[in-house]
Amino acid sequence: MTAATEYTLAELCIVAAAEAFRDDGEKLATGIGVIPRLGASLAMKTFNPDLMMTDSEAFMLSEPNPLGNRGDDFVQANETWMGFSRIFDNVWSGKRHAMLGPTQIDRFGQTNTSALGGTYQQPKVMMLGARGFPGNSICHRNSFFVPSHNDRVFVDGECDFVSSIGYNPARLPKGHSLDDVSIHRVITNLCVMDFGGPDHQLRLLSLHPGVQVEEVLDNTGFAVHVPEDVPVTAAPTGEQLAIIAALDPHNQRAYQIKDNPPGMRG
Amino acid sequence: MDKRISAAEAVAQISDGMTVGIGGWGPRRKPMALVREILRSDLKDLTIVAYGGADVGMLCASGKVKKVIFAFVSLDFIPLEPYFRQARQSGAIEVMEVDEGMMLLGLRAAAWGVPFIPTQVGLGTDILTHNPDLKVIDSPYDDKEWVAMPALKLDVALIHADRADARGVCQIEGPDHYLDDWIARAADKTIVSCEELVESSYFQDPARARQVFWERSITDAVVEIPGGAHPTSCNPQYGFDVPHFKAYNASAKEGGFAAYSEQFLGANEAEYQERVGGLDAIRAIPLPVY
Repeated sequence: MTAATEYTLAELCIVAAAEAFRDDGEKLATGIGVIPRLGASLAMKTFNPDLMMTDSEAFMLSEPNPLGNRGDDFVQANETWMGFSRIFDNVWSGKRHAMLGPTQIDRFGQTNTSALGGTYQQPKVMMLGARGFPGNSICHRNSFFVPSHNDRVFVDGECDFVSSIGYNPARLPKGHSLDDVSIHRVITNLCVMDFGGPDHQLRLLSLHPGVQVEEVLDNTGFAVHVPEDVPVTAAPTGEQLAIIAALDPHNQRAYQIKDNPPGMRG
Repeated sequence: MDKRISAAEAVAQISDGMTVGIGGWGPRRKPMALVREILRSDLKDLTIVAYGGADVGMLCASGKVKKVIFAFVSLDFIPLEPYFRQARQSGAIEVMEVDEGMMLLGLRAAAWGVPFIPTQVGLGTDILTHNPDLKVIDSPYDDKEWVAMPALKLDVALIHADRADARGVCQIEGPDHYLDDWIARAADKTIVSCEELVESSYFQDPARARQVFWERSITDAVVEIPGGAHPTSCNPQYGFDVPHFKAYNASAKEGGFAAYSEQFLGANEAEYQERVGGLDAIRAIPLPVY
């Protein structure tokens, strides 16, 4: 299995996203958005077949659905009814790993999906709301995907609204430990990170081909822990690219990162 | 007992200031015809509890709402609900923002007649900061603190089902009944609109009886309104109306909700359906693919 030489940045991120699900075992993998969903699907199709996945509606599948229109002859591989109410039973049991794209992420790994600026009574920009982030963040493992790594996402100071619990000692609930929080991977268009630095600091794990450390530091609104040895993010293999293409026959992945750049910077 | 009434009679049972729970999820199986009947009424100062979509946006835009209890308000393929957004950004409404699961627990507490249900969900987040009424309590059984999610007691629940009989046996045929059973159970009065009124014998088939998620004693009124979920979906009967939602979303930028209402709302549901192309057109809207 040799690394491909021609692949897009989106495909590189899909493979990095898949890696995040590698050691999950038998958990519900929820990838919200094209790249996280393809990452989870690729992991399930290759090195972690024990993963569970839904059809984004009400059924759990034994095989991930390809994205978009699948034709009239397609039969999806239902294995369990999994309506929205039942999702909460799964969330609260902890047997889930979600990968989502919050609007803001701060140095504690707290995220914001709710509102920006202004006051809480009258925000400047109202977004989705807290959705399931509070529950996800305290009940099970989470990863984040950020298609445009910049300091408006990775903010200086705390998020305008904290939708999910992170590694903030000032907000630690009584009887809980910061180690109970599990933010597994943060994947961006520049790099892969986790919160494994000193005192749960955001830590650089790998740089995408051609990206320099400085670019990551310059585009993050707070300090990032940089280990002595930072490898290059693993390129997709030809086999992985073929599986990704089959999972995404309408090439929705081409529209997820601005201008759909190649994975290897020119 | 015959629970059949008209949409106007249903909405006449709602009073100013009431707390109204609305079934469905985002752009899916919302009791939109009943919502439209509220838009045509003089009702005001409502508190809305919903997994919100255009139901919440329209009610906010027409000045019916004092407070929204929500975890999200979204049209899904259009992530941000334009009129809910306007209401928030102008500071026009009070809110209680909670996690999706906390809302479920609040509805369950109301349904079960308990004042709260303990949960760890919400700890460490601004859900607590911005809801000073949400209490964090000690447990008699461990050393942790827990959020005491209060009962979300509803005066009225509005739900759209596929079929119902006159006695209030309601079928949800689609793949998911969402949290509609808990919204129904949390309410003093549950009003269900349906695509089709059927004879009670319809439910003799055990597969159909399994698609009934609350017992008829929970249902107070049944209103037959074919196409009544439009522009939201009523899977498997029809999908959500993407062009209509796009026009609705665009109206927030140009013309405003007054222009949208002028164009579509009409004096009653028959007029509305005529203006959106008729029942056959609604029934022909394809289901979404994810």
